[in-house]
This record gives sequence, structure tokens and C-alpha cells, in this order.
Amino acid sequence: MDLLNAFITLANFVIVPAIAYGSQLALGALGVTLIYGILRFSNFAHGDTMAFGTMITILITWLFQSWGLSLGVFPTALLALPFGIAGCALFVLMTDRAVYRFYRVQKAKPVILVIVSMGVMFIMNGVVRFIIGPDDHAFGDGERFIISARTFREMTGLQEGLAIRTSTGITVITAIIVVAILFWFLNKTRTGKSMRAYSDNEDLALLSGINPERVVMVTWIIVAALATVAGTLYGLDKSFKAFTYFQLLLPIFASAIVGGLGSPVGAIAGGFIIAFSEVLVTYAWKKVLVYALPDGIGPDGLAQLLSTDYKFAVSFLILLIVLLFRPTGLFKGKSV
Amino acid sequence: MNEMVKNTGLFALVAVLIVITGISQSWNTALLILNMGLISAIMALGVNLQWGFAGLFNVGVMGFVALGGLATVLIATPPTQGAWGAGGYAIVLGLIMGAATITAAVLVYQRMAKGRLRVFTMLAILIVGFYLFRAVFDSGVSTVEAINPASAGNIGGLGLPILLAWPVGGLLAAGVAWIIGKVALGLRSDYLAIATLGIAEIIIAVLKNEDWLARGVKNVIGLPRPVPFEVDLQRDPQFVERAAGFGMDPVTASTIYVKLEYAALFAVVLIILLWLAQKALNSPWGRMMRAIRDNEVAAEAMGKDVTRRHLQIFILGSAICGVAGAMMTTLDGQLTPGTYQPLRFTFLVWVMVIVGGSGNNFGAVLGGFLIWFLWVQVEPMGLWLMSTITSGMGDGALRSHLMDSAAHMRLFTMGLILLLVLRFSPRGLIPEK
Amino acid sequence: MSSSNPYQDDRGNKDRSIANPAGQGSPMPRSKSGKVSSAPGGPFLIGENMTGGYGKGPDILHDCTISVERGEIAVIVGPNGAGKSTAMKAVFGMLEVRSGRVLLDGEDITQLTPQDRVVKGMGFVPQTSNIFTSLTVEENLEMGAFIRTDDFRDTMAQVYDLFPILKEKRRQPAGELSGGQRQQVAVGRALMTKPKVLMLDEPTAGVSPIVMDELFDRIIEVARTGIPILMVEQNARQALEIADKGFVLVQGRNAFTDTGKALMADPEVRRSFLGG
Repeated sequence: MDLLNAFITLANFVIVPAIAYGSQLALGALGVTLIYGILRFSNFAHGDTMAFGTMITILITWLFQSWGLSLGVFPTALLALPFGIAGCALFVLMTDRAVYRFYRVQKAKPVILVIVSMGVMFIMNGVVRFIIGPDDHAFGDGERFIISARTFREMTGLQEGLAIRTSTGITVITAIIVVAILFWFLNKTRTGKSMRAYSDNEDLALLSGINPERVVMVTWIIVAALATVAGTLYGLDKSFKAFTYFQLLLPIFASAIVGGLGSPVGAIAGGFIIAFSEVLVTYAWKKVLVYALPDGIGPDGLAQLLSTDYKFAVSFLILLIVLLFRPTGLFKGKSV
Repeated sequence: MNEMVKNTGLFALVAVLIVITGISQSWNTALLILNMGLISAIMALGVNLQWGFAGLFNVGVMGFVALGGLATVLIATPPTQGAWGAGGYAIVLGLIMGAATITAAVLVYQRMAKGRLRVFTMLAILIVGFYLFRAVFDSGVSTVEAINPASAGNIGGLGLPILLAWPVGGLLAAGVAWIIGKVALGLRSDYLAIATLGIAEIIIAVLKNEDWLARGVKNVIGLPRPVPFEVDLQRDPQFVERAAGFGMDPVTASTIYVKLEYAALFAVVLIILLWLAQKALNSPWGRMMRAIRDNEVAAEAMGKDVTRRHLQIFILGSAICGVAGAMMTTLDGQLTPGTYQPLRFTFLVWVMVIVGGSGNNFGAVLGGFLIWFLWVQVEPMGLWLMSTITSGMGDGALRSHLMDSAAHMRLFTMGLILLLVLRFSPRGLIPEK
Repeated sequence: MSSSNPYQDDRGNKDRSIANPAGQGSPMPRSKSGKVSSAPGGPFLIGENMTGGYGKGPDILHDCTISVERGEIAVIVGPNGAGKSTAMKAVFGMLEVRSGRVLLDGEDITQLTPQDRVVKGMGFVPQTSNIFTSLTVEENLEMGAFIRTDDFRDTMAQVYDLFPILKEKRRQPAGELSGGQRQQVAVGRALMTKPKVLMLDEPTAGVSPIVMDELFDRIIEVARTGIPILMVEQNARQALEIADKGFVLVQGRNAFTDTGKALMADPEVRRSFLGG
């Protein structure tokens, strides 16, 4: 029995990756939930918005890298991130002006907007593939570690190593900063409060003199920023591929719904719930169990509940269980 | 009458487009578009049944289509020697045990009084059940997958005629739709969209990973066909002679002949389904469906069980998608789980329905043909456009990038068409009456 | 519900995972304001000979006139479906007025959107959904003052003076309050703009008689601060008692118009609308 090594193994292969993935999902789900709360539909184009913002960031990163610009220990992509956000915001605002606004003026039913967002999804998907292609792209500046497995072993003298990559650390810190700013904005500023008011009761917001177009514009900008940050962090952590981002839609929707659509706190909770369940259920527990259990009764097999390819199934199962017991998600009522 | 002329004109336009393809490119291409157009039309019919008649938002079409594909393998491929004896029964037993575990857990939840005891009992049943299931199931799987993995490694099919797989594909899809519908439509407010989106991904994941079922990503190739093989036709002196009578060489003639036979088969299915859908639309059942759609509260007040009706139509629509999926895999002659993508198999079908005209069966069929034609032809058109635009550039990196990228024009175009139709003709090309 | 507008047709879809039914706005007759012209003389606020209905629907109001003078309380009463609320919404610009006009303080504001009427000094408290339930009481008041660029702390203090319970509960989400307290929040929110006229659509709907009496007292207090009040009321008797002027509507038309006292005394009004 060696509980310390068991814990380090668990931390290395489960806790750290799940925290990083959870932060990425949470940022993605925040975007979905904001659109749901304020524009009142589920945006099928959100995955592609993330891909678009990330693509801009990548292009700028490459440009900076070719200039030899860097941020020292931090990835160059962080330097390019503001440009990515700006590019993405510009694009979604143009989309809103050219596409969504018409339906808003018509007071179209939300489900019509869902179909509209499918069209936007196709277009964005096409644009991203057109510009950067369908292939995998890495844009980090090579693997970098806050602590590498070897350093950790040397430092602690333990058998197991705990590696924390720079990208993981940056993901978590950036996510915390972004979420803190968002919550401050929504709860403390006049514009943020007006967004919550608009989400709560559109007619009354109108009668209070809140300009819906402004609320919607600010929402899109925030969503573009969230999507770009989420996408860039995901890309730094893993890699960028247009199709993967499209596929992130399911776990992101699942996170947002588990937490309760329209609730920012819920989106964050949902993101971590989904991420942890995915990683826990698809992780091969053998090594941890061998350390944790007394000698001789460790498992023979991999002790993996489900193959990693079923990670979508896990998000979905969690979603189903939550909906069965709490049809409105975990944090209902607390809307944007 | 004016409307009739317009609608006929729209169908004629698609026919002309396909004929032009035949003349300018090749008749093989044209017929391939026609065949996939027929299948697309059937898929669109299924989705239209759900969205058009009942307002059900199914974004898991891909899953049902894939289930149809699975049916062809399970029905038509020859059985794998010894697979059933080795582990097939263990797999089935394992699956039954898994289902029994879930049923037991549900029963416990329904029957037992609320409290900690219930939670513990449920958890115990689920955990014990899961390990028993894995023990039985995994042993079966490993023995089956060990049988001749290079060419088989799965339990194989029943060796029955592949045409039988079409209705079976429908049944399979209907079965899964029943489960989804029971859960998602039964919730206090429905969550069908996310449920179907998730289930579709899960079905694809199962197809990719469960090698014992249909070889996973190793693909099943060389499925039996309901039509003769081209090589056999080319060897048939009678056929060669008749081909010569038309002034065609045997190779071209055989490929076209085979495609025409497929087209005939598909057309029969489409016509039957279209006829049934029209019948249903104008029957008391269809009228009630639309009454529910247009005013659910009133329908409920009249004592109609709305959830039940929704479940019915969801199952029917999904079954139609399953049939279409089986037909498509039959046409391809292979099952390749890696090629199922939501954009192509779910959202494209939605574009067909919306563009064609939701709530109108003929609209959906038209949308199926038209959008499929564009899906195929936008790529060469984009390439031609790009090469024209960039012809003055000289062979640089930008030009080659643009030429490569032209292939992705089709996604862009589909989105654009959907948005244009929604904006300027929101009821679609052939609107609901 | 299907309708002539394809964008309004959701085919009965109720899928909460894709569409958010909560808080969606309703269509307004115009999204941009037209011109304001000067029209001196006449009452402080008047909806004059209004005829109109919702969207492209049939006329609900027929040549209906509603007015209120400075320092007065005017009430609109009448049987169910008489178009009382509709008349008030017409004055506020929430439905299409096909003929007739609306004048406020010597200006013709018929062509203005409801938002711009708020800017002109109209305060409106709808009958339902009249607070932001997920916002705190204080945030509700802040949102009421959204159009103001000056310091509104004084006004908020005045509102708290008027409704002391709100001050106590100012950090609570307004949705957690009781029915009567919610109505106070709603009125308080409307007062935050320092309106020149306050319009209340059935402020006592769904509250207990005791709370109703208290609400009427508060409304009189508001009127005493010099704000004219135009009010739709279901409880005709109590309303007419505090009213300077009463409008009895029947089927979208003015049936009787007089002072509150005179209407209470009119035998025909008593027989038909006040239960004898």
C-alpha cells in the first residue's frame, strides 16, 4: 500500500487534466449560456465560433513567432489572444448585423434562431476550413512544464511523477481571471445589470430604457471573447483541429444544461462535473489501485470503466441523470 | 393550379440539373447524384415528419442513419464461423444482464419509498450489475474478436438477402428512437434536441469501438448487393451485345445499368414512403398531429395524449431515417463508421427540409434532391471558380492554398443557402398548405 | 402556435435544451419613433378618440378617450374584456393606434415608441411581469433609473421612504417577495425615472384585500407628491372612491365619464358595474 504514490498518480492523470479540461468546458458553456439567456436560443455555431477565434489567434501567433516575438516562459499565443478576441468579436458582430438582427426585429421564435444558427455554423465551419484547412495545427512553443515528472520525482523522491504543463497552469489561471471579470461585470456594472435585466424580462427592460441592440452587442462581444479564450486554451492544451472544435459542442451543451441553461454559475459547475466524469470514467485505474490497495489484491485488468472513445457517452449519461432528477439543471432560476 | 405548375417546375429544374450533369460530366456521376438524391429525399421525409408535422427537433439523424447501416451488416453478411459458439451467446447474455440491471434499478426507484435505503439499493444493483455485465460481456467479446481478426473478428450476420436489411434498419432505428423518446419526451419539458445530439454520437462511438459488432473502424467491406456486379455483367455476352446495340462499351454500360437498377429500387421505396406520408398527413391521425402542433393546449384539453403522439411520430420519422441509412450502406457496399459526421448526416438533412419546405412532404423530397445535387456539385464548381479567379496569379503558395481550400466551399454554400431561404422564403421552396 | 408570420411559427416546439421561452419580449407597433409635434392646451395626458388593436388584428378600441389632469387620480373601470388595459396600453404606445392621438404636456406623442414615452416622462407599471424577478430589489430600482444620467440616490431614498419594506429587503431577489411587495417594487421601479405621470395597470390584481387597501393608500401618497395617476382597476368601487375622475369602458367604448363621486352616485353605473 502506498497512498502517497497513488494520490500522485491520480493527480497526474486525472485531477490535473480534468481541471484543465473542466476550465475549457466551463468557458465554452458560459458562452452558450449567455446566448441562451439573452438571445434565447442554443447557438449551434458556438463550437465553430471557438474555432474561428482560435484560428485568428493561431495566425497571429505564427506571425509573432516568425517575427521572433515571444513572452518568455509563456506561450506566444497569449500575446496573440487579444487580436484573436478582436477578430472573433468583429466576425460575430458582423454575423449578428447580417443575420440574427433581422430575426430579432421580427421577434422570431427562439427555435427559428436555432435553425438560423445551423446556417451560421455551416458558414463558419466553411470559413475556418477555407482559411486554415481541416488539419491538425499545434501552435504552442513546444512542450513546457511548470513541473516536469522528472523534476518532481527528484524533488520528492517519490516513485511517481507529477507533471504540470505550462499550458495547464495558464488554462486554470486564465479561466479564473476571465470568470472573475465576467461575474464582476454582470453583477456590478450598469451594463452587466442591464444584460441580466434584459435576460429576465425583455419587455420591462425595454420600458426601463435599456437598449436591446446594445445589450445584444455587448453579449456577442463577451461571447466572442469567452469562445476565443476557451478555444485557444483548449488548442494550447491539446491541438487545434476544426472538426474537434465542432465536436466540443456536445460536452459544452451538456455542461451548460447540467448546470441549468442561462445560469453562469451553473455553466462553470457543469463544465467541471462533465470534465471530471469523463476523465474518471474513462481512466484506467490499474496503477492507482495497485498503489492504493494492499499487495496482492490489485486488479488484473486495466480497471477502466469505459473506453476513452465513450467520453461523449459519459457527458451524455451525466446529463440524462441530472435531467431526470432536476429537469431545469442544477442551478435553476439564477439566470444571466 | 399556378402552385402546381411552380412545384412541377422546381422538380423539373432538379431533373434538368441532373441531366446537364450527365451530358457535361458523365452519366455515372449523374446517376450517383440521382441515387444519393433519392436516399437524401427519404431522410428528409423522415425529418420532415418529425419537424414539419410535430415540431420535434431531432438533431441525431446521423445516429439513425448509422443504425440502418449496421442493420445491413447484421442481416446480410455471412455468419462468422464459430463466432456464436465461441462468445456470441455470452455477448447477448451480457447485454441482457446489462438491460436487466438498468430495469431493476428503475424498478427499485419506482417501487421503493424515497430515502437513503433506496439510493443504496439502486447503487448496489447498478455496481454489481455493471461488474457482472462486464465480466460476461468482455469474455464473450474477446473470444469473438479473436476469431480471424484480419478479415472477421465480429459475430457476423445472418446471411439473409440485403433487401431485408432495409426494413430491419428501420426497426432498429425505431427501437432506439423509442428509448430516446420515452426518456426525452417524458421529461417535464422536453429535451429532445440534446438527447438526440448525444445519442447519435454514442451510436457512432459504439459502431467505431465494438469490433465484435461490425468490425469497428476496420470497416465491413464487400457487402452483398441486391443488384448484379458490374464484372458479371461484363462477362455476360447477352449484356455486352445489348450494350453494343446502344453504342456503349461494356464497362460503362454495366456501371450505368447497375446504378439504374439501384435507382429503380430506391425510387420504389421513396414513392411508397411518400405515398404513405401523404396518406398519413391527410388522415385523421395527421390532422390531429397538426392540431397538436398548432395548439397543444387545446389538443390536451380535448383529451389527446400529446406525449404519446409525439413519441409515435418521433419513432416513425427515425425509422424512415434508418431505412434510408440501410439503403445508403447498401449502395456503398460497405460500412465505414469513421465517415459518419454530424454536418453531413444530421445538419445537411435539416438544410434539405428547411430549404424544401418544412411541413410539406413534396418540399422535403425536393430539398433532398436539390441540396444533394449542390452538395456534390459545389465542389467542382468552387474549384473551377477558384482556378478562374487565380489563373492570373501564377503558381504560388497562395494559389495552391486557395485551390486546396476550394473543396471547403460546399459547407459555406450550404450555410448560405439555408440562410438565404430562411430570410427570403422562410416557409421553404414548396410551403406547407 | 402557428400564425401568418412564419418566424413566429415554432411548430409547437417546447424543447428547453435549444429554445428559451422565458422573458421573451412581445412585438411592439413600431421600433422607431416618429415626430413629436406641439399641441398646446387640453388635459395633461390624453388619449383622444383612440381606435386600434394589436398587430394586424381587429380593432379593440373604438373612438375611446382617456385623460388625466395634473394632481389627479383617474381610473379606468369596466367589465372583463372591456378593453381597459388595452386603452392604457394604447396611451403608452404598446398597440397600434389607427386613428386618434395621444397628447402629453402639450405635445403630440402618438408616433413615439414606448421607450421614448418613458423618456418624455411616462411611468408605466404593467399588470404582469412587472419586476425583474432574478434581480435584487435595489437592482430593480436601479434599472428603473436606467435612462437617468444624474445621481438618482435621492429618488431611491424617496422610494424607500414610501415603501419602507423595500429598504429592508433591498438585497433580496425581487422574485422571492410576496405579491404585495412585488407590486411595491414595480411601482417603485416606475417612480425611479421621476415620471411626470404614472400609469398603473391593475396594481391590486391577485393581492389580498388587506394588501389591496395598503396599496391604495400608497398610491394616494404617490399622488400627493404631485404625480398624476392613471390607473386601470378591477375593483371598481374602491377605485372610484379614491378617483378624481372615472372612465367606464364597455366593449372598447366610453360608456360613462365623470368624477369618481358622480359615477358612484349614478344609479345606472351602480346597477351595471358596482353590483347595486
